[in-house]
Amino acid sequence: MAKPASALAKGVASVNTWVNERAGVDEFYKKHLSEYYAPKNFNLWYFFGSLSLLVLVNQLLTGIFLTMHYKPDAETAFASVEFIMRDVEWGWLIRYMHSTGASLFFVVVYLHMFRALMYGSYQKPRELVWILGVTIYLVLMAESFMGYVLPWGQMSYWGAQVIISLFGAVPYVGEALVEWIRGDYFVADATLNRFFALHVVALPLVLVGLVVLHLAALHEVGSNNPDGVDIKAKKDDNGRPLDGIPFHPYYTVKDIFGAAFFLLIAAFIIFFWPEFGGYFLKPDNFVEANPLVTPDHIPPVWYFTPFYAILQAVPDKLMGVVLMGAAVMILYLVPWLDRSPVRSIRYRSWMSKLALALFVVAFVRLGMLGLSQDSSTFELRLWTFIYFAFFILMPIWTSFEKTKPVPERVTS
Amino acid sequence: MSETESLDAEQPAADMSRRRLLLGTTSVVGAVGVAAAAWPFLASLRPSARARIVGAPVEVFIGNLEPGQLARVQWRGQTIGIMRRTERMLEQLPDLNPRLRDPESSVADQQPDYARNLHRSIRPEILVLNVHCTHLGCVPQVIPEIGAQPFDSDWRGGFFCPCHRSTFDLAGRVYSGVPAVRNLLVPPHSFIDDEHVIIGVDPEGAS
Repeated sequence: MAKPASALAKGVASVNTWVNERAGVDEFYKKHLSEYYAPKNFNLWYFFGSLSLLVLVNQLLTGIFLTMHYKPDAETAFASVEFIMRDVEWGWLIRYMHSTGASLFFVVVYLHMFRALMYGSYQKPRELVWILGVTIYLVLMAESFMGYVLPWGQMSYWGAQVIISLFGAVPYVGEALVEWIRGDYFVADATLNRFFALHVVALPLVLVGLVVLHLAALHEVGSNNPDGVDIKAKKDDNGRPLDGIPFHPYYTVKDIFGAAFFLLIAAFIIFFWPEFGGYFLKPDNFVEANPLVTPDHIPPVWYFTPFYAILQAVPDKLMGVVLMGAAVMILYLVPWLDRSPVRSIRYRSWMSKLALALFVVAFVRLGMLGLSQDSSTFELRLWTFIYFAFFILMPIWTSFEKTKPVPERVTS
Repeated sequence: MSETESLDAEQPAADMSRRRLLLGTTSVVGAVGVAAAAWPFLASLRPSARARIVGAPVEVFIGNLEPGQLARVQWRGQTIGIMRRTERMLEQLPDLNPRLRDPESSVADQQPDYARNLHRSIRPEILVLNVHCTHLGCVPQVIPEIGAQPFDSDWRGGFFCPCHRSTFDLAGRVYSGVPAVRNLLVPPHSFIDDEHVIIGVDPEGAS
């Protein structure tokens, strides 16, 4: 018994060595898992990074299987989605996993971004982590928009019509640009076909690449924590951060627990409430695209509505589009707009707390206003103003506010 | 700092059996979960409901089939030949036995039990055959006439595959010495009445 086992173990060990000498798998495993020291005081907010990775995997996996049955053709696209829903074994589940996953992706990404704003995770030396993260968010928006067009329902069609028309606001070349994006004189088969290529091949590749860079940059500088304390400042005799614990097994176990809880909620939505009251899948999208009939109301999916509201707040096409773009792009500047000497909101004054709270209210309120057809222009402008004020005034209040002393070690 | 040191010093030794139990149960439950999650994905690759409807049994009217005539129909994308054989064709089937590889239809997979007889059919005269060559899937020509052929100087009527020169007799039995080694496949079929045969459904009572 002992002999063959040890012979097997020897064989495994020699294969291991052979691979390691050539690929450095052990080194990679140590650097990113077993000897990646993360602060020991992660709280609930630190679930959302690994959860977005989980949703990304879900989107890739379900997407691959949907592609096996979907037809990227204006004549057959809508029918092929219904075919998936009715005729493909478990097709309804795979499709609902994908459509629900898209919305949940934004839920976890928004919470992940809020965490970064709250604990100053974008501050030096994590500016690049933040920049890569905002870029992921941008690509994710393009990815989800193009995915939303593929079922070729009424909302797909008219949503595409509206979003693509935004590019028409560009001076001089606007109309030519719109025509080039569509590949036709209206949103047509050519548009659907190129969106399909971008949605299933190009953007996922970019997205995965950016996620790899996001993690590589994070692991280079190390994770922030709710106290914003640099754990690398205090190390033990072996050079390990005193307040750090190895990512594996400590945080892998924690993240698996978080994933299980998240999947429970996701499963409930997928099985019992996949349209989510029209927020995840709109009733109009169960009607095939018709260029002759515009739906009464074309609100974007919920995760775009804050920006859509900003568009509505401005009484000028070009300025509206510019402001909407700026609302996203301004995120890139956050690491330099924040002048505070402390990272975490825990050690900042009431000013930072109020500003962040107002910003969240503005974002949520704009999201609600963007969904509705008859929002008051005053309210739209008020919250748009507060949204931008948060960023523009950030250098001022972060320079003037009186911060509390930051402890040397993380608090438990 | 003292906190971590004291933790290290006073921590009791890990309860290994408890740890193994937890690890084992978590792994088993996790593996069951992964298997359950994989099932819908793998099952989605099976023929869809639409493909299954297209693959449904096919009913064929054979009332106007002349003796010696072969009718072709499609069933699950396969060419099914239905032939009303003449008395003479049936009479010579036993004489061919020495020239065939499997005259007794001993390979069970090549026909349902109810067609495992000399004429390889339910009713002696009505032959129902999947005419795709058992070598590489071409559809052989039917050459019912008796007489010398370029590929056989003593041809007794049957099927000739133009792809790789496999030959079969008028019961779909394969000749010896050709690339194909199995008799042509007899699909499940049954008779609704004298004039209608249904492809894809076994006779009542047969499995």
